[in-house]
Amino acid sequence: MSEWPLWEVFVRPRRGLGHAHVGSLHAPDAEMALRNARDLYTRRQEGVSIWVVPAGSITASSPEEKDSFFDPAGDKVYRHPTFYTLPPEVDHL
Amino acid sequence: MEQQEQFDAVLAADERIEPRDWMPEKYRATLIRQIAQHAHSEIIGMQPEGAWLTKAPSLRRKAILLAKVQDEAGHGMYLYSAAETLGVDRSDLLDRLHTGAQKYSTIFNYPTLEWADVGVIGWLVDGAAIVNQVPLCRCSYGPYARAMIRICKEESFHQRQGFEMLLALRDGTDGQRAMLQDAVNRWWWPSLMMFGPPDGASANSSASMAWKIKRHSNDDLRQRFVDMTVPQADVLGVRLPDNDLRWNAERNSHDFGEIDWEEFARVVKGDGPCNTERIERRTAAHTEGEWVREAATAYARKQAAKVGAA
Ligand SMILES: [Fe+2]
Ligand SMILES: [Fe+2]
Repeated sequence: MSEWPLWEVFVRPRRGLGHAHVGSLHAPDAEMALRNARDLYTRRQEGVSIWVVPAGSITASSPEEKDSFFDPAGDKVYRHPTFYTLPPEVDHL
Repeated sequence: MEQQEQFDAVLAADERIEPRDWMPEKYRATLIRQIAQHAHSEIIGMQPEGAWLTKAPSLRRKAILLAKVQDEAGHGMYLYSAAETLGVDRSDLLDRLHTGAQKYSTIFNYPTLEWADVGVIGWLVDGAAIVNQVPLCRCSYGPYARAMIRICKEESFHQRQGFEMLLALRDGTDGQRAMLQDAVNRWWWPSLMMFGPPDGASANSSASMAWKIKRHSNDDLRQRFVDMTVPQADVLGVRLPDNDLRWNAERNSHDFGEIDWEEFARVVKGDGPCNTERIERRTAAHTEGEWVREAATAYARKQAAKVGAA
């Protein structure tokens, strides 16, 4: 077993963008995880900000229940602008 | 069966399988083996070039080589990270490397005898790796494909710095040109072996193709590499050490000589020029680093206790 916990790493590529998941690493604590993430995932200035999150702290939806879980949005086509037919003069709305 | 159908549908649509998806056990096992082997190759691959870090002829070359070797460490880390999404533990994979239960690429069991070897590795070894790796960016397993995209971006620097160094040797003294040719003589055939056994003899190929882990056969990729490398050798003014190497207008490709598959088998089995040295060095680095890992763990525990007490 690895003695150090697993951290998931998220990088903001530049100001104005959100943090995106880039991978994971092992580190003894959050501070070392941040430093290692800098060395591992931003060797060419790929980021301006990094988050590290203990992998065990992430709660994820399950792919098995994918259909039922995302079902409620499936039959609500009226949430999309293309649902509405407008005359050509105002169709840019 | 429903799960199998879903898995097949994702592959058929050329979409990606992600970590928490159901997948056939053999698909998982194949990926773990391949990604681990790939990660190990990056890690062991630091050694042949690392040997020249203190002997690089200028500060510029030294800084470049250091950056390249650091990249290879990074490639290993991206890949261990991808392997762990399949439910294996990184330290178990390292143990398997150290005990020889898992392999790494045979190419790294050859010695770097001269400075020219470092440039030739960049040109031929990283060049062959790129040909192997570009199709893996579209591998059906998401985390592996994403790691490969990062890696491929960085590999192009590796090949270009190698070629640039070889151009300097080409334009240098007779002695430097001889050193360059000698390095090419020694690295050419092992580089061709990097694509693995010929298609007829490749045990895992067909299943991997069906699962879209692999996109091209070993021989196809090897041919692609030969065809792109021949004109590059002309630029360098070196001869590729193969009397059967010639253009075949009918096939629109180069014919080339028979690879010594017995040598390949020997090096896979552990009997290459540097197998023992590579594993000893890796194991020593791991063992000698134990106190650092322990100290960091102890420090983290202490800090956590302080926060808890406050
Ligand atoms: Fe690499
Ligand atoms: Fe490389």
